[in-house]
Amino acid sequence: MSESDVEHVRQHIKVYVTVFVALAVLTVVTVGISYLHLPTGFAITLAMVVATVKAGLVAGYFMHLISEEKVILWVLLLCAAFLFVLFILPLGTQIGNGPLWPL
Amino acid sequence: MSDEHSDLGFLRKYVFSTDHKTIGIQYGITALVFLFFGFSLMMMMRWQLAYPGSAIPIIGGLLPDTLVDRGAMLPDFYNQLGAMHGTIMVFMGIVPLAVGAFGNYVVPLQIGAPDMAFPRLNMMSYQAFVIGGIVMLASFFLPGGAASSGWTSYAPLAVTATTGQTFWLIGMIFLIASSLLGALNFIVTILHIRAEGLTFFRLPFFVWSQLVTAFLLLLAFPPLQAAAIFQLMDRLAGTSFFLPSGLVVGGEQIVAAGGGSPLLWQHLFWFLAHPEVYVLILPGMGIIAEVIANNTRKPLWGYRPMVYSLLVLGFLSFGVWAHHMYMTGMGTTMSTFFQITTMIISIPSVIILTCLVISLWGASIRFSVAMLFALAFLPMFGIGGLTGLPLGLAAPDAHLHDTYYVIGHFHYVVAPGTIFAMFAGIYYWYPKATGRTLNVTLGKVHFWLSFIFMNGVFMPMMFEGMAGVSRRLFDPTIYDHGAAVHGLTVMTSWSAWCLAAAQIPFIINFFWSMRKTERAEENPWQATTLEWATPTPPPHGNFTETPVVYRGPYEYSVPGADRDFSPQYVKQEA
Amino acid sequence: MSVVIPYQVEPHPVTGVTSGKLGIWLFLASEVMLFGALFSSYVLLRVGAAVENWPTGVEAGLNVPIGTANTLVLITSSITMVMAWASLKMDNLAAFRRYFGTTIALGLVFLVVKAFEYSDKFGHHIFPATGWPEAGDPSVFYGLYFTLTGLHALHVILGILVNLWLLFFGVALWKTDKERLTGRIEIAGLYWHFVDLVWIFLFPTLYLL
Repeated sequence: MSESDVEHVRQHIKVYVTVFVALAVLTVVTVGISYLHLPTGFAITLAMVVATVKAGLVAGYFMHLISEEKVILWVLLLCAAFLFVLFILPLGTQIGNGPLWPL
Repeated sequence: MSDEHSDLGFLRKYVFSTDHKTIGIQYGITALVFLFFGFSLMMMMRWQLAYPGSAIPIIGGLLPDTLVDRGAMLPDFYNQLGAMHGTIMVFMGIVPLAVGAFGNYVVPLQIGAPDMAFPRLNMMSYQAFVIGGIVMLASFFLPGGAASSGWTSYAPLAVTATTGQTFWLIGMIFLIASSLLGALNFIVTILHIRAEGLTFFRLPFFVWSQLVTAFLLLLAFPPLQAAAIFQLMDRLAGTSFFLPSGLVVGGEQIVAAGGGSPLLWQHLFWFLAHPEVYVLILPGMGIIAEVIANNTRKPLWGYRPMVYSLLVLGFLSFGVWAHHMYMTGMGTTMSTFFQITTMIISIPSVIILTCLVISLWGASIRFSVAMLFALAFLPMFGIGGLTGLPLGLAAPDAHLHDTYYVIGHFHYVVAPGTIFAMFAGIYYWYPKATGRTLNVTLGKVHFWLSFIFMNGVFMPMMFEGMAGVSRRLFDPTIYDHGAAVHGLTVMTSWSAWCLAAAQIPFIINFFWSMRKTERAEENPWQATTLEWATPTPPPHGNFTETPVVYRGPYEYSVPGADRDFSPQYVKQEA
Repeated sequence: MSVVIPYQVEPHPVTGVTSGKLGIWLFLASEVMLFGALFSSYVLLRVGAAVENWPTGVEAGLNVPIGTANTLVLITSSITMVMAWASLKMDNLAAFRRYFGTTIALGLVFLVVKAFEYSDKFGHHIFPATGWPEAGDPSVFYGLYFTLTGLHALHVILGILVNLWLLFFGVALWKTDKERLTGRIEIAGLYWHFVDLVWIFLFPTLYLL
């Protein structure tokens, strides 16, 4: 392990701690929001936005996606595309059958 | 990973082996046994369909009274046979044969790798497959028998079925785990362990087909895993994910809270099962491409377009699944969407098939047995594909849905399609694996009989289906429209039994040739791809010297070369 | 003859990652599809149910403060995991053992808390089969709650088992091949962070909405 490598890791650790604090704060925030009893549609959107930000922090920094090689990003992009299909299309087939709640 | 292999005991060498070739052969033998078993189930069903209510000859007397009444099949037993035939053929027969056997054996050889990227993971995926297979087979001995709700296991029927369904679900979870482990192993192997100089567009088409197949398995199987877990919860913990409120079965209210959605199962199932159809056919196309290039002594016509079509096919296969569900009342908007995607996805399939057909143009074809199967594959897969178009459009589907037409269409794709491709592969790579060539005369007998009887089985089904005969009927003659085409049913049944007899020359050939025929040369087909650069049969670690690749996969009859083939691994043709 | 398979420790020159890392990411992609299918089912079932028949976590009797605390436990275990890996990078085996042990302990704490939550539900006669509300046209909220958290807990258990093996046996590799061990810890870490990531979505979906 070279000297510069160790220095590199030290800088990383600062980032990890910052991310950890952000995650803890966001957890408290999302719980706090739930006590405000916002309209359901709005509450779901807000909670999912917060969760996505948190997930992005974990994936980006703890899992190093932010500096990861392209091949892994491509795999995840493919995965995300199919995930999108899996979420949207079954829901779409419900449109013909009745009102789409909560929109 | 380094280990000593040559002086290992019998168990480590043949049972718990990490060598991709041994694992490939294990997969192959197991899958062939399952295929024949699944075929036998269907032959019993064909007796009931051809001669409803009469005692099954020979076997009828051997079966217990829970399954037969004085030798004649009971309806519940028929349903078990139907469900298990589909499950065994698809998940325990063709996928392990196409991906597990041919993929494992051939892919590392064709890319010049010493083994798979994760040899131990490879072994585990075979073990998971065996466990899943045993669980499935064990379910026949349960009180109430095996799963009987069709290979699709539609809810709520499957949720309220006998214990066999629970075994089916547990077996599926193992089979899925096996496929997932295998798939990620293939992807890493193909991306990472290619020989020097083997760029992506120098990969044999078979390797490409395995790569796309692996991605399909990796990303399409987990939703079925999720669905299996949900259905297992429904059956064991009493949840009602797939049970709507107030469901009445057989005049009795179901004891469950309700609130679930039966259609959810269909979505999750077909999200896997449509890409699964491409898992069944793509490796077959890959084998056919190898065999055709080798036996026409010409480069494949349109190699790049074929590869691009393969990628498009794989990608689009995730967006067409609801064309299995037009009859569920999904509404015209979504139905239009799925009709459009379905019509679009037929284009890349046609491109691949057309390229393969054009590859024959102007060639002096060597009619080896493998090539005969490959030549038969082209029109058979064509029939299978074209008969799918009416099913992909909602209006004709309303008439054809759940009739024998669907069975005919699907089987044309996988039986004279994929299974012929598998046979082509066996005849083509047998010399590599055993060092001996399969007998040609027996092979030709096997081919011609199989070809005739395959069509005898599946062509009548198309007409029965158009006459409106439902695929689920225990006794099709109870309706007039079924009785009117009963002659076709009888013809199908006799063709099926003859088809079984037609496999006898193959089985004899397979075992007899292992010892009796002459030793094959290192490269008996004068092929260009890397698997023929190894000693025959390949030792552990495959290559005696690290191969380097200098050219594309199909450089046959290169002008100016002194032979009609220029192997990828030979630097200069003198 | 011994077989050497390349790119186990050194990254592949073109993809830039080791085989193990590419493998774990492919595995995680399939896990994304697994949990994605579960969440997609949640959406479909919730859309299909009447609005008044779908409880919020509080209405269904889930304990939000305990859930929040458990979320923090899992997040903390994620940072100790990444610290364990960083310690190896900095050649500090003792620190690695501390952090890695803490990760495992926090995973166990998460499971114990989860077990208490489950037994509290069972004590109130709430089972996976229980509908909400009890009468009328109930929704499958409890079924989803138990299935999704149960499957997540299975992933936590698997992670703990792998980590325990690494802590007590796998670590012997430190003497012979430091880089390989560091690579393995990174891979174990990726899996562990993913399990954390799933919970980040599960918690608001089940407890708060």
